[in-house]
Amino acid sequence: MSAITKHKDNFLKYRYLLKELVIKNIKLQYRNSVLGMFWTFLQPLLTMVVLAVVFSNLFGKNSSQVVNYPVYLLSGRLLYEFFTQSTKRAMRSIRANSSIIKKVYVPKYIYPLSVVISTFVTFLISLSVLAIVILFFNILKKNPVPVTYNVFYAIIPIIIMFVFSLGVGMFLGTLNVFFKDIENFYDVFTLLLFYLTPIVYTVDRLGFPKGSWQALMLKANPLYGMIEMFRAAVIHGDKFMAYFSMNQLYYTSAVAIVTLVFGFIVFYKNQDKFILHI
Amino acid sequence: MKEYAIEVNHVSMLFHLNKERVDNAKEYFVRLLTRRLTFTEFWALKDVSFKIEKGDRVGVLGFNGAGKSTLLKTIAGVLKPTTGSVRVSGVIAPLLELGAGFDPNYSGAENIYLYGATMGFSRKFIDEKFDEIVEFSELEEFMDAPLKSYSSGMRSRLGFAIATAVQPDVLILDEVLSVGDAAFRAKSEQRVLDMMTEGVTVLFVSHSTESVKRICNKAIILTKGQLVAEGEVNEICEIYTEMINGR
Repeated sequence: MSAITKHKDNFLKYRYLLKELVIKNIKLQYRNSVLGMFWTFLQPLLTMVVLAVVFSNLFGKNSSQVVNYPVYLLSGRLLYEFFTQSTKRAMRSIRANSSIIKKVYVPKYIYPLSVVISTFVTFLISLSVLAIVILFFNILKKNPVPVTYNVFYAIIPIIIMFVFSLGVGMFLGTLNVFFKDIENFYDVFTLLLFYLTPIVYTVDRLGFPKGSWQALMLKANPLYGMIEMFRAAVIHGDKFMAYFSMNQLYYTSAVAIVTLVFGFIVFYKNQDKFILHI
Repeated sequence: MKEYAIEVNHVSMLFHLNKERVDNAKEYFVRLLTRRLTFTEFWALKDVSFKIEKGDRVGVLGFNGAGKSTLLKTIAGVLKPTTGSVRVSGVIAPLLELGAGFDPNYSGAENIYLYGATMGFSRKFIDEKFDEIVEFSELEEFMDAPLKSYSSGMRSRLGFAIATAVQPDVLILDEVLSVGDAAFRAKSEQRVLDMMTEGVTVLFVSHSTESVKRICNKAIILTKGQLVAEGEVNEICEIYTEMINGR
């Protein structure tokens, strides 16, 4: 039996476990909380309101790029939130399930994979907040967002984001087995990442000249491209082609795929040692 | 040619025993720079080889730290041997740590599906076995309560009921089953005995030659990670008793 069919058979055997774990993660997240699933909507909505109130004068002069500042904010933050939540949970997933891994044979990648998928599902549900906010402004006719069929192109950056997050999550999950303080580093890192990603601001408003190292650094951040593509589809439906950059598509897909392959290799090479460290 | 249920080929298992456990990056780099990253090597298993025929019931004897648990874990697939290989044919049911796949925040019923999936069973399969599992565990009225409210006895009862819901080809037992109260223990022992008459291969770990003689027909002895004797159960138990007396 070749190695590939062996892995496929093993995955098929444990696909039920993957499904059960995804369901469990989603179910338990909201069990025993009074507002339940409502938190998925409330959390991004409240942050959006606060950020919009604080920064609207600074960055929110509704330029052609922003169109509608609260929507601009929310679209960026939802993607950022998916990335940080899924990678943080994947990072902890191996340690969190150490009692099982130590006693029963289970393919270990099931754990990071299941948390990324369950975070992805809650992310997809939370996208309805974005729809509601857009609807709200369009009905009020205040900075309406021109939504067209181009909105479906948003699927592209979302898939890229999923692949990228899974890769980062596998890598961090491995690292966290050997070095527990990675969690602290990563908390600081994600906080910095929030400011290094154009979520509350637009890059051209920062005033860095084109081609300066600051501008290049901001654009090298793969989240930048993913969020910009997402916004091109959601916010700039009428001028989609003008905002959607093919270079960003190539760059972010390449980064995502390389990250996933790298994350899998690191995970795969170290997984037999996990049990000795957790 | 005989059919083997378990083949253990030249299995060795090396552990690194750190004098002080380094599990964070800061300390790791400090030690790397000051060259204090030392550890001692410890072979938990040294070139262990044996074969178990289908239907054999093999007792694994040995003192504490002889490598019994490590051997069982490599056979169960939890540990990957440093060198050598293990081949197990058929479904393996390790009755080692019952309920290791449970989630404390999940209800009893939900945990049946979760634990079943951890062992590779589909939802449909568990659906069919669900009533049988609940009935055997005698936990009908607690099925909707979260598992964290269960006592440890209730937990292992549920774990045992799920783990033995399917007829396995290989059964791994650690010590005598001590699940729940006397009545339940009798019931679970009966279930294990039923499986034996069905022709399941058993690997049984114990310190006591009495219970090994009662359950097994063959036995092996491990000493400091090495296989020192294997053969018929009475013969091996005699050697083991001598080892204890001569200690």
